Amino acid sequence: MTWSLFWSNLANAVSLGSLYSLVAIGYTMVYGILRLVNFAHADLLMVAAYAAFYGVLVFRLPFAISVLLAIVLTAGVGVLIERRAYRPLRDSPRITAMISAIGVSFLLENLGLVLFTGRPKSFPVPGFLGASTDIAGIRVTNITFVIVFVTAILLLLLLYVIHKTKTGIAMRALARDFDTARLMGVDVDSVISLTFAIGSALAAVGGIMWALKFPQINPLMGMMPGLKCFIAAVFGGIGNVVGAVIGGFLLGVAEIMLVAFLPSVSGYRDAFAFIILIATLLFRPTGLLGEKIGEKV
Amino acid sequence: MSTRGDKGIIRIIVVAVVLALLLAWAEGDLAFIGIGPWDAYFVRILNLAAINAVLALSLNLVNGFTGQFSLGHAGFMAVGAYTTSLLVMTPQMKKTVFFMEPMFEPLDRICIPFLPALLIGGAVSCVFGVLVGIPALRLKGDYLAIATLGFAEIIRLVLQNVRRLTNGALGLKGIPHVVNLWWTFGVGIAVFLFFRGFVRSSFGRALIAIRENETAAELMGIDIFRHKLLAFAISSFVTGVGGGLMASLLTTIDPVMFKLPTTFQILLTVVLGGMGSLSGSVIAAFIVTFMTEFLRVVEEPIHLGVWSIQGIPGLRMVIFSALLVIVVVFYPRGLLGNKELTWENLSSPVSRLFRRRVAS
Amino acid sequence: MSLLDIRHMTMKFGGLVAVDDFSLELNPGELVGLIGPNGAGKTTVFNCITGVYKPTSGQVVFNGRDITGMRPDLITRLGIARTFQNIRLFGSMTVLENVMVPLHWRLRSTFLEAACNTLRYPAEEREMRKKAMALLESVGLAPFADYLASSLPYGSQRRLEIARALSAQPEVLLLDEPAAGMNPRETQDLMEFIRKVRKDFHLTVLLIEHQMRVVMGICERIVVLDHGATIAHGSPEKISRDPKVIEAYLGVERHA
Repeated sequence: MTWSLFWSNLANAVSLGSLYSLVAIGYTMVYGILRLVNFAHADLLMVAAYAAFYGVLVFRLPFAISVLLAIVLTAGVGVLIERRAYRPLRDSPRITAMISAIGVSFLLENLGLVLFTGRPKSFPVPGFLGASTDIAGIRVTNITFVIVFVTAILLLLLLYVIHKTKTGIAMRALARDFDTARLMGVDVDSVISLTFAIGSALAAVGGIMWALKFPQINPLMGMMPGLKCFIAAVFGGIGNVVGAVIGGFLLGVAEIMLVAFLPSVSGYRDAFAFIILIATLLFRPTGLLGEKIGEKV
Repeated sequence: MSTRGDKGIIRIIVVAVVLALLLAWAEGDLAFIGIGPWDAYFVRILNLAAINAVLALSLNLVNGFTGQFSLGHAGFMAVGAYTTSLLVMTPQMKKTVFFMEPMFEPLDRICIPFLPALLIGGAVSCVFGVLVGIPALRLKGDYLAIATLGFAEIIRLVLQNVRRLTNGALGLKGIPHVVNLWWTFGVGIAVFLFFRGFVRSSFGRALIAIRENETAAELMGIDIFRHKLLAFAISSFVTGVGGGLMASLLTTIDPVMFKLPTTFQILLTVVLGGMGSLSGSVIAAFIVTFMTEFLRVVEEPIHLGVWSIQGIPGLRMVIFSALLVIVVVFYPRGLLGNKELTWENLSSPVSRLFRRRVAS
Repeated sequence: MSLLDIRHMTMKFGGLVAVDDFSLELNPGELVGLIGPNGAGKTTVFNCITGVYKPTSGQVVFNGRDITGMRPDLITRLGIARTFQNIRLFGSMTVLENVMVPLHWRLRSTFLEAACNTLRYPAEEREMRKKAMALLESVGLAPFADYLASSLPYGSQRRLEIARALSAQPEVLLLDEPAAGMNPRETQDLMEFIRKVRKDFHLTVLLIEHQMRVVMGICERIVVLDHGATIAHGSPEKISRDPKVIEAYLGVERHA
């Protein structure tokens, strides 16, 4: 492999890793508090991408405005899902809530197929983002920089919220000990709603940037990335935001590099994440940074 | 006591004879007395319903009775479907289908009857089940679910990539259409009876004990890992057989058929029928299959004289997924919960009605 | 020779020492009380004996055999059965079925024989039913055999927990706060019940309780745990006069 090819692969890997990180955060936050694998999180990528698509092409809104509206809409959808499909099951066995999550995911995908048809649509990439910049002879699309930059900013913002604001402290308290936090007067419902809003908004940003990077959108576009991001969250240590970021980043980089160095296994690219998952669960179930959650006998 | 036993046997014989006559009628085996066969489309739906019942039963054994949440069913179905198909396809058909890359020797010349092929399909699927189960069943709850989902996806990707064995993404065509109602209902009833015996036996009690409280079950001397694995192995065998039946009914298969939505649909059936209820799974399988067909209406244009209402393709699946959420949120126990439909509770409302009549 | 010999057992969770250098010998037929305030590490001792946890250090020897860190189901099969502080019955099963579960591992039939109800299985199933029913009769739960375990009143659930443990045919029975949540009258009845069961089944019993009063009349020896450490060991009279025990208990009451 030539150096220039390596660098362009690396740029690609870093931007994919950033996207994974962004989406993985939503999984890890929800799991941390509710111990729920939010399958529907994956499909919020799709919701956001289509919202932005319709904003630009149908309602003729400026790109930035459509993106903003798409993020708000997706956050709303995320909150609504929690309220309607998860909240009534909060005291049921965890598996029941997971079946509900599977159902919601299935519902969003099929709704997408009905509303938007299965035919992929071309996402309108603004000229500036689609263009490339030459750095030392290597062409890198501008969207690559944007992805990395936006991810970094959002991450810092999120860490600030989690560690410095009252709401963030309430979130961490809930994640640590749900019942005690509730008894100590944490407003559980609104904190959970906010968690879903934040996670969904991040997924929306991820989904839109995903659509900018791979500008063919379809109703099932979120499924595979979503699963991989959950895997990234598990790999990094579920419940831990920094772990999710690291896990997403490593997974994205490893995936691209694997295919770059071993083109013969490219057909198994999607299997790679699952192998990581199974290996993590078997050998280090707490992930890279996670804490052990034991059962009381 | 003996009269009750005799009554039971008579009831079984009556049901068996009625069912056999119905199947014979539907399949056209009674054409010599001038009745049947039934409409081919309707028979096909019945076949599908029976196969879906087999798949739902096998998922229920693991998810409902043992309480181990697996999402890997599509993978085992794929293994069974491919194994069976590759064994029953004729050498000429294999040559035609594998036009991109020739098939492995000597598999390209092998062609065996359907029954052994179906059983081998189940056995191979069972082997995969054990191989997946040994690592995965050490996990619990949602981690198990995600891990089995991952294994199923890996199986599917392998099927898609090992072209000389599976013809890759193009899939298989020309699988002999051997199945009929005798096959599908025969297998369905056999599986149902076997499962019923199994869950009522001491083994079933052990599995339910694991579901109810794993720690307590282990401290009552039950080797929980072996029992989970046993349930998983039986389930993957039956799923493989279900996949084989499905392949023969559809005559074409490809890897995309065995993606996550297939597992979701079986899960929907199990949840709808009630986790831990065998009869519930069977009833739900028939409801879901027939609804799938009847709801075709909403996807096709409806003509009312001069007006016509445009159908909406894909709406059926929206209805089903919404149904899954509604059932889980509002009726998490499904149709039957973990109860079974028996003669007693089937006849009791009737007899109660009757008694009330008499009283008044 | 002692039946169950716990030697210098220590259990740490991270930095927390739940049980510190715990030693105890149980002689055949004894009824020993393990008392201490909440959080003293009593249940952890049970968990280490029954294989739920592997002790950080120390040994558990049963009938001359080292069982430290063995799988819980195998330890049960050797002859140690237990109940749980928080009731862990199989709720959707009947009372009879609950008592049949511990008999499962002795089954000789394969799952195929069981599912088809042929060959060896029918006789074995009948035998299991008979045994379980006899056990329910001896503990007075026979009238409820076909009730769902979860539908029993609280006191009977506690009894069923004991009956289920007995069904495993143990030599040593570990009872984890069997009287939790009972009023004094029910507690008295239960202690009578335990005394009777111990005699009828020739058991050696280790009984956890956090109220000292309850075990005074029934136990031959008492071990007192506080913060994981053994602070006293001896006859009930000796224990009730021990200043350290009084302090541990009074200390708790002062906080409470």
